[in-house]
Order: sequence, then C-alpha cells, then structure tokens
Amino acid sequence: MLADITFISKIAMKSSVAVCFAALGEIYAERSGVLNLGVEGMMLVGALAGVAAGSATGNPVLATLGGMAVGGLLALVHAFFAITLRVNQTLSGLALTILGGGLSSFLGRAYIGKPALRMRVWPVPYLKDIPVVGDIFFKQTALVYLAYILVPLGAWVLFKTRLGLRIRAVGEDAASADAVGVNVTAIRYGSTIFGGCMAGLGGAYLSLAYTPGWKENITMGQGWIAIAMVIFATWHPMRAFAGALLFGLLTALQYFFQATGVEIIPVNVLRTIPYLATILVLIVVMRLDRTQGRGAAPAALGIPFSREG
Amino acid sequence: MFILTKRHDRLRHQGIITASVALGTAVIAGAIVMAAYGANPVAAYAAMIRGALGSGFGLAEVVVKAIPLTLTGLAVALCATMLLWNIGCEGQFVMGGIGAAGAVMYLAPVLPSALLLPAVILCGALCGAFWAFIPAFLRVWGNVSEILTTLLLNYVAIILMEHLYFGPWRDPEGMGFPGTPLFPPAAMLPRFGETRIHLGILLAALLVFALHALLARSKWGFSIRIIGNGPRAAAYAGLNVPRQTLLVMAASGALAGLAGMCEAAAIHYRLQEGFASGYGYDGIIVACLAALQPRLIPACALLLGVFIVGGEQLATTMQLPASISRILEGALLFGFLLSETLGRYHIRLARPTNRT
Repeated sequence: MLADITFISKIAMKSSVAVCFAALGEIYAERSGVLNLGVEGMMLVGALAGVAAGSATGNPVLATLGGMAVGGLLALVHAFFAITLRVNQTLSGLALTILGGGLSSFLGRAYIGKPALRMRVWPVPYLKDIPVVGDIFFKQTALVYLAYILVPLGAWVLFKTRLGLRIRAVGEDAASADAVGVNVTAIRYGSTIFGGCMAGLGGAYLSLAYTPGWKENITMGQGWIAIAMVIFATWHPMRAFAGALLFGLLTALQYFFQATGVEIIPVNVLRTIPYLATILVLIVVMRLDRTQGRGAAPAALGIPFSREG
Repeated sequence: MFILTKRHDRLRHQGIITASVALGTAVIAGAIVMAAYGANPVAAYAAMIRGALGSGFGLAEVVVKAIPLTLTGLAVALCATMLLWNIGCEGQFVMGGIGAAGAVMYLAPVLPSALLLPAVILCGALCGAFWAFIPAFLRVWGNVSEILTTLLLNYVAIILMEHLYFGPWRDPEGMGFPGTPLFPPAAMLPRFGETRIHLGILLAALLVFALHALLARSKWGFSIRIIGNGPRAAAYAGLNVPRQTLLVMAASGALAGLAGMCEAAAIHYRLQEGFASGYGYDGIIVACLAALQPRLIPACALLLGVFIVGGEQLATTMQLPASISRILEGALLFGFLLSETLGRYHIRLARPTNRT
C-alpha cells in the first residue's frame, strides 16, 4: 500500500514539472500585464529545440538551454506584437500557438523515432535516503530539482524584490508605474520573454527527461492546462506548483492503473480526467471568487500601454 | 524603437493593404522555414500553387476544404461578434462527426432510408451545439473563461471519438483497422460528378447568406453586435446577455458540428484516425481574416483551402511535411494583426535621443 502511494506520488511529481515551469513563466507575463495564450506553441517548439540541441551537442545542459532560448524567441514575437504593435493579445497568442504547432511538426519530422538524448535520474546525496520523501522527491532528473528551486525563487522575486514590485505595478496600472519612472516596455518585454523561456524549459523537460525523444504534439494540451493553472493559482507561483501537482497526480493515476493492470476506471476516462479536472478547478476558483474573477487578475492584463493614451 | 500615434483618418485601400501584408508575412515566414529545412522556397511555392490551382482536381479539392472551413469560420465569427472566443470548434467538429456516426449506428436500422440523411445532419448539428453549450453554461453560471473551457474540451472530444472507434463502434469487418463501419449510401451526402465536392457546399452557402442577413439586418443580430461593443453598452440597452451567450455559443457549436458532419458523411464516410485534422483551429484564422463578416468568409476559407491542398501536394511532390500549411496560417494571422495596427496607427521610428 505504502509502496503504491510512493510510486504514484513519485510519478505525480515527475508529471507535474512541465506544467509547473510553463505556469510560472505565464504568471510573470500576466503579472506584467501581457496575456500570452501561445504557451502550448512555445512548449512544443521548446521541446523540439531541446531534442535538436541535444542530438547536436550531446550535452543535456546545452539541450535545455536550447529549448529555453527558442521558447524565449517565440515569446519575443508575441511581445513585439502585443507590446509594440498593441494588437489584440488573445489573437496574437493564438497565432503563436498555431505557428508553434506548425513549426514543431514541420521541422520535427527529421527527429521522429530517432534515438534522443535522455536525461538520467540523479539521486540527491543524503536527501535520497529519507524514507518515502526521498523516494518521491529526490530520485528524479536534475530538471525536477530545478523546479524546486525556481518556484520559490520566482515567488520571492515577484513579492519581495524591487524588480517584482515593478513587474506587478506595471501589470496593475501601467500609467502610474510609468509616472514614477518604471520602464513599462522593458518590464513587459522582459517578463514575456522570461515566460517564453519557462515554457520552452517545460517543453524541453518533456522531450529530454519525461518521455525522451520527439513526438508530434508531445505536450497534449499541457500549455493550456498551465494557463488554467495560473488562474487557479490566482497568479501566485507557489499555488501554481500545487495546481501542477494536482495535474501530475491525475496523470500518475493513469500510469498506475495501466502498470498494475487494475482497470477500476476505463483508461479513456482516465485520459480525459486531467482536462475535465482543469475545467472543474476553474469552476471552483470562479465560484469561490466573489469579485467575478476580476479581483485576483492583474488589472491591466491584456491592455496595451502608451503615454498618449 | 517604434512610436505609434493614433490615426484620425482612414487608411486608403485598407482591404488591399490587409490582404497584401497578411499574405506577404505568410509567404516570407514560410520561405524562411522552408529554407531552414533545406528546401528551395521558390520551387516549393511553385509546387504548392501548381498542386492547388494548376489542375481541375486541385481546384476541386480547394473547394472541398473550403466547405468545412467556411462553417468553422462562421462559427468563430458569430461568437467573436459578441466578444466570445470559441476556440473549441475542433471539439465541436469532432462531436458533429460523432453525432453523424451515432445516427448511422442507431437510427439506420429503424428509420426509413429517406429520413436517414436529415437525421444525420440534425444529429451532427445537435452534438456540436451540445459541446459548445457546456462552456457557454459555465461562462454564464460561473464566469469561467470560455477560451480555456472550449479549448480543453477539444481534447476530451477527441479522446471520446478514439474510444468509440477503437471500442464500442469499431467496425467488426475492419480487419483490425480502427474506425467505425462505412456509412450506408442513404447516409452519404451526395457528391457532384467525379469530384469530392459535396452537397455541404449548398449548406455552407445558405448559412453564409443566413448569418449575413441575421447579423446585418435582424433585431437579434443587432443585439449581438451591441453586446459585442462591451458589457456597458449591453447593460445600457437592457439586453439579456446570459441568454444570448447560451444561444450564440450553441449556434456556433452547431455550425462547427455541421462541418464535422459533412466531413464524416461526405469525405470519410466513417470516423477514423485523422478525422480531427485542425479545421476547427483554422476557423479562427478564417474568421479573423474576414474581419468577422460572414460575406467575406467563403473567400478566406478558399485561401486557407489553397494552403492546405498546396501543403498536401507539397508532401507528395517534394516530400516536405504537409504541416507547412499550419506555419503559413499562423504567420497569416500575425500578418493580419500587423495590418490592423497599420490601419489604426501611424508608425514611425523613434529618434535615438527619445526614450520609448
């Protein structure tokens, strides 16, 4: 029984990391006032770039950085359209998702079925020996440990530093932030590109560590789930981590039932559960929120800024 | 960097500028990607154009693709007119196919064959409407973002379809090939001559006219356009926004469902692998390019049809992935957004001394 729970928890942790990175990045972008619905596209291209950089260099660090860089590059396109050209951010994000899906499918054909770089599990010395906890959290790949660091760090920067204050100020009231000398454009560009790097990192995690190798549509909607988790988390990194874990748990149950051959719930029902649960979570969060969903969201989300008004 | 100032005059030749900027962006972006892949863009574009427009077969296939694209484009445009984002047309399209196949499975034995096709059409539309009604209800009742719910339900619909054709609806004579049984002739939408162009083209044309008339001339259309002007305008006019949300989303889902029904009953004649091929997502681009105007949608659908058929031809003649069409579509939407900015603002480069 305990062994089963440990197994499920370990898979849950492992399955939540991509959503976790992507949601963290999207929180930064949205906190600065830029809605980026292109997460799915950035994750897909990041996943492909990770595989491509990995097979070119054979170095897992360079592979990961490759995924992040390409994710950031796509986010730069969105930033240019959303911030500089002041277009409708919903449409720009959707365009990015469509473009990213197409790019990854087109350029990825050369990598289908090819052996790819595989990140090895690296148990953390000492911590791995803690009963249960060690098995769940500290016998993972290095990118999972990176999530343990980046999420609290992301929360700390956002809420405890001057930079975080500027990001939040720009997302709440860009004109006031501008009046006190904050460079709105730079903060928004930076946050959006950081969001893209995180989405690319999430994608690279999928293609390097979680299920190594390139498969078309490898993310299966995790980018969209990440966006939903941002709302669930009311734009807080730590709560997004919790949301991602919930997603991971539902995914893990699927594997557990498949691995043990116990089919209490049909497998296709289990496959739909992460999506349905995400919708359910959105419903709960909206019903609990008395301010009709506007209270928690950054006030200037999706609104372009210009001095001329 | 760039400084944007509001335009107070209207850009002249806006239509031509929009079309050329959007197409130009798509063509340039596609060329860069093809060159990066190691293909000659000029040869590839020539092959695409020859494949899509150079033969009677190609032209007919463009029309075949334009039928579902017109329907999903209408579906997105109808919602977007009242500021609702239905990006779940893919799922509603799949549900339309499921409705059609379900009608064949369960109604074919009991209905007289003359009534079977109307039943197939109706079931397709109803299933699509039902699938869009769920996010509409959640939006009205719980203020849940319809963008996310419509999209997430796409995955659910696709899993449901796979479950059906791998499981309970699988063709026992399919020789291990997953798919539902072939539709009987009475459930097939008739095709014209040797082409795959089917009766759905009349359905699509009829709906284009109907929606144009409804949106431009009817009281209902007027109220939708007022709601599209923002919540304050709607409140001032005393309109029942929740009821219109439910109605418009359901109608939109029915349109996407009809697209799926057409694909099932006129192209594949069954549900099978590859049924969900992205027409729902393409509808977003069609609707945007048409500036949400029903009368412009068929032309935009034909353009995307050229991309898709051209991409398929590219796959057979030059062994390049057909997904080039998707890259072109994404870039096309970016180009369209760029042209909107050009129409709205004067753009000039900032002098280096200015802080932007």
